Amino acid sequence: MTRNSTITLGPLLFNWTADQWSDFYARIADEAPVDRVCLGEVVCSKRLPFYIDRIPQAIERLQRAGKEIILSSLALVTLKRERQMCADLAIHDDLEVEVNDLTMLARLGHGRSFTVGPLINVYNEGTLAYLAQRGATRICLPPELPFASIELLSGEAAFYGIEPEVWAFGRMPLAISGRCYHARVHGLAKDNCQFVCGKDPDGLEVDTLDGEAFLAVNGVQTLSSTYCSLLEDIGRLISSGVTSFRLSPHGGGKMVAVAELFRRVLDAQMGGQEAGHSLAALLPGTAFSNGFLRGRYGAAYERA
Amino acid sequence: MQNSRRPELVCPAGTPAALRAAVDAGADSVYCGFCDETNARNFPGLNFTSVELAEGVRYAHTGGARILVAINTFPRAGAAELWHRAIDNAVRAGADAVILADIGLLAYARERHPDLRRHLSVQAAASNADAIRFYVEEFGVRRVVLPRVLTVNEIAAINREVACETEVFVFGGLCVMAEGRCSLSSYATGKSPNMNGVCSPASHVHYREEKGELVSRLGDFTIDRVPRHQPAPYPTLCKGCFSAGDYRGHVFEDPVSLDAATLIPQLVQAGVSAFKIEGRQRSRSYIRDVVTNFRRAVDAQMAGEPIPAGVLQHLSEGQTTTAGAYRKTWR
Repeated sequence: MTRNSTITLGPLLFNWTADQWSDFYARIADEAPVDRVCLGEVVCSKRLPFYIDRIPQAIERLQRAGKEIILSSLALVTLKRERQMCADLAIHDDLEVEVNDLTMLARLGHGRSFTVGPLINVYNEGTLAYLAQRGATRICLPPELPFASIELLSGEAAFYGIEPEVWAFGRMPLAISGRCYHARVHGLAKDNCQFVCGKDPDGLEVDTLDGEAFLAVNGVQTLSSTYCSLLEDIGRLISSGVTSFRLSPHGGGKMVAVAELFRRVLDAQMGGQEAGHSLAALLPGTAFSNGFLRGRYGAAYERA
Repeated sequence: MQNSRRPELVCPAGTPAALRAAVDAGADSVYCGFCDETNARNFPGLNFTSVELAEGVRYAHTGGARILVAINTFPRAGAAELWHRAIDNAVRAGADAVILADIGLLAYARERHPDLRRHLSVQAAASNADAIRFYVEEFGVRRVVLPRVLTVNEIAAINREVACETEVFVFGGLCVMAEGRCSLSSYATGKSPNMNGVCSPASHVHYREEKGELVSRLGDFTIDRVPRHQPAPYPTLCKGCFSAGDYRGHVFEDPVSLDAATLIPQLVQAGVSAFKIEGRQRSRSYIRDVVTNFRRAVDAQMAGEPIPAGVLQHLSEGQTTTAGAYRKTWR
């Protein structure tokens, strides 16, 4: 467990104000021990205009702090404007692009390198081989994969010189839709949504009628209610060849501390179990999960 | 691609008997899958062996219909052999096309069976002309089944730009999420459409009575509660009743099914090549009735006559129906 293991801060999935957005990335630049940062709008194209002007400054500050920048593409692309967003990302050939829908890949020429985001269906060696041949340099595997698949695909990735990454922290993306659920539960239509998703910096909790925490909606996206945490599995993930760990941004000002915990475990300065307890203390009231990795149902949480 | 031909009616079959019923009722094509996890309707007692498929192909071809084989789940790492064999077996049975979603499988089919017609499954969620062109150029895809997130106008715009046929769902179960990009089911049960070919599987459904209510559960989660005398809906996760903030109800989708029969003229106008009916898990008599009615509707359209309205209402399990994303207000 050496510096070979890197940390990626995934794209912010939620609708924060432009000031919150800028402050968050300024703090990440100054304090968070992450190696690379994904920037850009993945969930809803209507949100981008609110902070697009802030992106260049954030890139500059993060790069000055030694962070690698990745521009993330939109997950579900239907409108002309959304296709244009992909085309616009392809223009920046000095910055790596994260492909979150194959629309983005279609825009990148053969030979151009790219990162594959967790929303692309990479379930097997054949798909990985195709993406490798197209220029993939890093693949964040889908959160749904069990350890057995991660182990096999990490070995395969190493063969192609690709960095295998796993979704290691945060609410997991479970579904994307043409319909906006934030608008729906507020009695609004998507085209006149009044940006009600901005009220929920970590998504809107969806509970069962028996009061069980279940899911969280984030505009057109549905997330898990639980926060995935693979802190206690880092040892065997590294042994299996995983080289990068993705943390998904959440509100509450704790992301720097979360990144520090992961960094300590990756550097073998702290055990996974101890870090798991620290994470629970850091985020009181948060339910965690690692069920997908453990080959169970995704919401399950098994201690090491 | 603009459409000048008669649109093809693509009908489901989960059993040889349903396949024959669909052909007899006027299906232009019948789609089916093998009895294993290679297809997205991997239910007990459903689907075809290689021998049954070959017999089905013969029956269909004699009746002037085509057979499309859905191999539309995503192969498990280390086990792609099972999916490769499914493609090989579809070819051997004489199938007219395979319906694929996984990039690795598309590459396999293109390489090993270059003459085999490849359709892109809805599970691939190719939702715009750029993504579709990618599949056409990279994998020689001849037809794309469009995700159920598009409006009629968006479908028309896609058809003006792409060089392959498009197929759209017109009747049956309705996914509210982009298909092939949903792991809600495995979050609650460990079994998913992408990996196992099942959604909200019956093996994980439990009912219990509580305070005069029938509670339907999926895994460890309550999906719905109804008064005891009411029929309990099957707990499909995204059609469940939940609470979110001050809202209490169907957060994602009401328990509706899709009926776009009345949109057939607009969809033809939009350049759609094929209409797809969902329901490989349905009975032979259901298949016969739905196919018969849609045959009439499509023929009426092509003869310039009005589409008979509401003829299929009784087939939707007493559920209300919706035109789904085809109308923009659904979003």
